[in-house]
Amino acid sequence: MSPIKPTETERLIYSVTQLTREIKVILEGSFPGVWVEGEISNYNLHSSGHIYFDLKDAESVLHCAFFRNVNQNIKFELKDGLKAICFGRVSVYDRRGQYQLYIDKIEPKGIGELQLAFEQLKQRLEKQGLFDSAHKVPIPILPSRIGIATSPTGAVIRDMLHILRRRFKDLEILIYPVKVQGDTAAQEIAMAVEDFNRLRNVDVLILARGGGSLEDLWAFNEEILARAIYNSEIPIISAVGHEVDYTISDFVADLRAPTPSAAAELVVAKKEEFIERIEGFLIRLKSSLDNAVSILENRLRDLLESPAFKYPFEKIELYEQRLDDLTKSMDRNISHTIDIKSEKFNTVIGKLEVLSPLSVLTRGYSITLHLPKGDVLKDTKGLKRGDKIETRLLKGRVISEVKEVKKEDVK
Amino acid sequence: MTAEMKFEDALKKLEKIVSDLESGDLLLDDSLKKYEEGVKLAQFCSKKLESARRKVEILVKTSSGKLEAKPFDESVLEES
Repeated sequence: MSPIKPTETERLIYSVTQLTREIKVILEGSFPGVWVEGEISNYNLHSSGHIYFDLKDAESVLHCAFFRNVNQNIKFELKDGLKAICFGRVSVYDRRGQYQLYIDKIEPKGIGELQLAFEQLKQRLEKQGLFDSAHKVPIPILPSRIGIATSPTGAVIRDMLHILRRRFKDLEILIYPVKVQGDTAAQEIAMAVEDFNRLRNVDVLILARGGGSLEDLWAFNEEILARAIYNSEIPIISAVGHEVDYTISDFVADLRAPTPSAAAELVVAKKEEFIERIEGFLIRLKSSLDNAVSILENRLRDLLESPAFKYPFEKIELYEQRLDDLTKSMDRNISHTIDIKSEKFNTVIGKLEVLSPLSVLTRGYSITLHLPKGDVLKDTKGLKRGDKIETRLLKGRVISEVKEVKKEDVK
Repeated sequence: MTAEMKFEDALKKLEKIVSDLESGDLLLDDSLKKYEEGVKLAQFCSKKLESARRKVEILVKTSSGKLEAKPFDESVLEES
């Protein structure tokens, strides 16, 4: 404290600077390290990297300065409205005659620093579309080679290799050794992602780390890694911590595995399952072809059994029958006509017969001719003994020799 | 990446062919063609499964900063 006790009569006049310095000494002496709680307002990140803001409560305001060399390690984002607990020293900014809190440390109130940082980054990246499912790439079913970025020592890689061998004994695995904890871890893992994308020698990449505290897993919550995962063209499985641990990497990755061991199970199906599946397909292939053939066979059989094939002459026979019918009826008509005509004819013939000389013969008469001339004999004139005559009967002829000629009638 | 067909593409194609064939409204010629193709794909997949070989390697940075794949000694892990 200053030894000078000024009064109105003993005039001791300070320069502004002197007085300010005195005040500064007093303040710095009284509050070399103090915790203050309040709400951030007028937050201002200067281009120099220094941060200025006011810490306020219902009645008062405290100016705060948070310089670059100390504010760089802060994980979460400061912004207006955030309730914070700050640690620092109180001093005076000479040029403005303003006392302020020079902050060494700041933490969010009511929530862990990392938890807040996680929530803030998650929100920000989500808004930027880094978690969009449309951006995610499907994991290949049977990767020809699997990349694993993890610590090359310890249980995690051992368990993963063990599971991979058990599920699918023949697989190619390429390990990219990285630190999975500490300040450089996020950068190293991000580089692994970028290197694999340059090399293009794996079909899928697993980022793995065993369980641990939020701080232990922090590398997987850093933006640099989140961006590397987002930009990766190789599908990435994030396998960090235990089942309950969610990291930013999990959200950005194409697939989240609850644990590294689970990632080993997710990345490739059991070999037997593949074989079964392919065999199943083969069986279905064969049976569906058999089906198709038997359907066609049935159709063919139906066709062959159709009347057209089975009774190919049916139509023809039908026509033939009809033709027969027609012929028959025609015949009938014709013979009827003929009958009528022939009856008429017979009648005429009958009449004719009555007139015919031949009809006399039917009644037992005969005609006698004088041979050799063949003149019909009506009397005995010119006929003498020894002449030859021919007698014509109804049927047949008789040649005779005349024995005796009598001039008188038979009567 | 090789120009060869990927396993999952082959498997997907095979799946499609099977369902096409099972839907049963293909011409016989097409069915036979599909069947042949399906059998070929199945053979391809089986071959792919069989041709996989176990190899575990670790990437090591050389002095010139290049990454080189070296065999990974798993026995070290079993001891830990």
